[in-house]
Amino acid sequence: MACNSSTCKSSGCYEGYEAEEQAKSKTKAAVNGGNSCQNLCVKCKVNEPVCCGIGGENSRFCKDCFKNNLYGKFKQAVTYNAMITPPDKVLVAFSGGPSSRVVLQFVHEMQYKAQKNYDANKDKSLPVFGVGVAFIDESSTHSFASQHIEKAIEDIRLIVSNLAPPSKELFVVPIESIFSSDGIDGKERLKELLDAVSDVTGKEDLLIHLRILLLQKIASENGYTRIVLGSCTSRIACHVISATVKGQGYSLSADIQYVDLRWEIPVVLPLRDCPAQELSTLCSLDGSLKIVELLNGPCSGINGLVSSFVKVLQEENPSRECTIVRTAGKLTPFHFNRVPEIHDSNVPSATRRHQKRYTLKPNGSLSSDSFCPICNSPLKKSNFPSSLRSHGNQKNPDLFASACSSCQFQILPKDPSLMEEFLSLLPQQMITKAKHRDQGAFSLLREQIQEFLLSDGENEI
Amino acid sequence: MEADSKPKKSGARLCCVCNQNRAALKRPKTLEQICRECFYAVFEEEIHQVILENQLFKPGERIAIGASGGKDSTVLAYVLSELNRRHNYGLDLFLLSVDEGITGYRDDSLETVKRNELQYGLPLKIVSYKDLYGWTMDEIVKMIGLKNNCTFCGVFRRQALDRGAALLKVDKVATGHNADDIAETVLLNILRGDIARLSRCTSIITGEDGPIPRCKPFKYTYEKEIVMYAYFKKLDYFSTECIYSPNAYRGFAREFIKDLERMRPRAILDIIKSGEDFRISTTTKMPEQGTCERCGYISSQKWCKACVLLEGLNRGLPKLGIGRNQGLNSDGSISARGPVVFAQTKSTQRINFSVSTL
Repeated sequence: MACNSSTCKSSGCYEGYEAEEQAKSKTKAAVNGGNSCQNLCVKCKVNEPVCCGIGGENSRFCKDCFKNNLYGKFKQAVTYNAMITPPDKVLVAFSGGPSSRVVLQFVHEMQYKAQKNYDANKDKSLPVFGVGVAFIDESSTHSFASQHIEKAIEDIRLIVSNLAPPSKELFVVPIESIFSSDGIDGKERLKELLDAVSDVTGKEDLLIHLRILLLQKIASENGYTRIVLGSCTSRIACHVISATVKGQGYSLSADIQYVDLRWEIPVVLPLRDCPAQELSTLCSLDGSLKIVELLNGPCSGINGLVSSFVKVLQEENPSRECTIVRTAGKLTPFHFNRVPEIHDSNVPSATRRHQKRYTLKPNGSLSSDSFCPICNSPLKKSNFPSSLRSHGNQKNPDLFASACSSCQFQILPKDPSLMEEFLSLLPQQMITKAKHRDQGAFSLLREQIQEFLLSDGENEI
Repeated sequence: MEADSKPKKSGARLCCVCNQNRAALKRPKTLEQICRECFYAVFEEEIHQVILENQLFKPGERIAIGASGGKDSTVLAYVLSELNRRHNYGLDLFLLSVDEGITGYRDDSLETVKRNELQYGLPLKIVSYKDLYGWTMDEIVKMIGLKNNCTFCGVFRRQALDRGAALLKVDKVATGHNADDIAETVLLNILRGDIARLSRCTSIITGEDGPIPRCKPFKYTYEKEIVMYAYFKKLDYFSTECIYSPNAYRGFAREFIKDLERMRPRAILDIIKSGEDFRISTTTKMPEQGTCERCGYISSQKWCKACVLLEGLNRGLPKLGIGRNQGLNSDGSISARGPVVFAQTKSTQRINFSVSTL
């Protein structure tokens, strides 16, 4: 669905396959080429084209048009889904890679324009949204030299300080500080926790869950109202396949939407329609978009297998990733993926108009109030009681018995006697969140029987 | 999880199910080490449970087993006749084969099916493309070459199986699709963006609204276990690939599934589970089912796909019906508007009534 909007339909999805068909490509060449446009940007017809995007011969853009095209996709996602509104303070998750570099740049440009409008406007009616940058330092989970990471952090500081005005706060936070509220040595605890997970893929996924949890923590402690991720089409396509392979077909549609309101601080994905290849092309074209090379060990296990599978598919057909995301986009999203209605008069009316047209249609059967305490994915109701039944008789009536089947398999220990120890290693934030949820469900139950209760106090029960 | 354990030390391990016999194999699905007898028992019992839980058959029904002579259908015929006897399903079982007319492949595999007919005492019915359509696959390939030939074969086989089933007057057709096949189909449907097929490719019974439903008793059975079962039971099956199908695309997904299985055996079941759990809105518009004006077969268009393809063959326009521009004009004449797109199966798969193996 997403790809329909822009270049993809016109250039990639359908015709990619036929490119190999010689007869076809000859006729196409006759239509396209054979005139003076051959060596000019297909958009502005002024400058020389510099690169081929995903559409191969159809998207010979010059540098500026190429960038504008990508920015257009970003801006459209932001506007249609009301991702960033003037009163917001957004936290951009920055890893140093091409995708997050581009999203940071685009958010900056948007903010810069807003600032200029603000300065020019006499009555100063529209405030300018704030931008912060968060870099999660995961070096403690790897084993490479610390100089390297120091150098990387130095580079990141430079990048962020160059993106001013307006100036941006930078948070460099080590992943182990997810344990900071527990008042213990985070590094040790993190190592223990990861060592307790035997499955390679499970370890990787747990780290991803901890990362998003930490981003939530940074955002909420510093008053941010949105978290912007640089997840691009390619990344999402890999997620679609790996979630399918892990048996998470039910919750999959929750993870791949533009907006995810499951969290305390909403998470948004404005690069959902931008393939990785285009983003790295942009970075290599534009000298100012410096990437920070980080030796984040390559994915292993299931995730690694999936990404190499998708990579080969993409080479075979340059619009494959797009098709995968589009297929998954047809799955029904959850209620928390709906863009909240905005009545704020600060929001430009254009955004509100778009919103009316593009918000997901409500669906009666959508509500799912239980979530996996580890990965926060919504649980299918029919799966829920059975998992409770099988674990409910244990001494520890823990909330984690309600983990999704994927987390139960690849993250939680198989031996029930190890469960208690494992749970004690998890960050407090994860546990309180789960408890909170549980109480939420409990009070919902209470509400239903409210009229028959003789006392108002929760404590007596 | 270790991928392959060291060469087994003789007599070192006992079967973890019966604890009596020496373990002879590691179950591909669970990696449990079990003995041969226990393997047969769990293999058959799992299929029995799937049949019961999904109510695949009712007592007194006539069931045709789609038999190609390959491992899946041979094991299916063997196991179904065994379970039918053991658990008194009360089924009348038949073997139903389609003769595509591929020399050096189908003629040999049909010999296997004919032996199975005697070995299992199941009556066999063979329907041939030549009789139904007037063309053998050999003739079709001679005319159109090795591109898109699988489109013809797939469309024709689907209909041939239904016609054969109608001739046998059976209530249902059981096919040998295994868990690996279904997992592969789930992935392929994601890769090619086919949400309609994605929503139904994991159903264990399909075509219930049609005249003859089909079911897949091996939906949760691993291909490796089927091979293992056939190997230990020394079943007589035919294992040559079709000479016309070097189908790299499907093969690639298959390879991926094998890699996944090596890393995590339950991945195959997980993919099927995902396929079952996908939140696909039931209000998504599905094509309206009608009947072909020419042959009366179910079709969402004026003419069924087989008739369109056949018409193309007979009129010497084999590209008719391949690609998205195929179609029928309102006056009933066939037209191929615009450039005929000679894409891969992908574009034909977009059309809802085209090739479907599942």
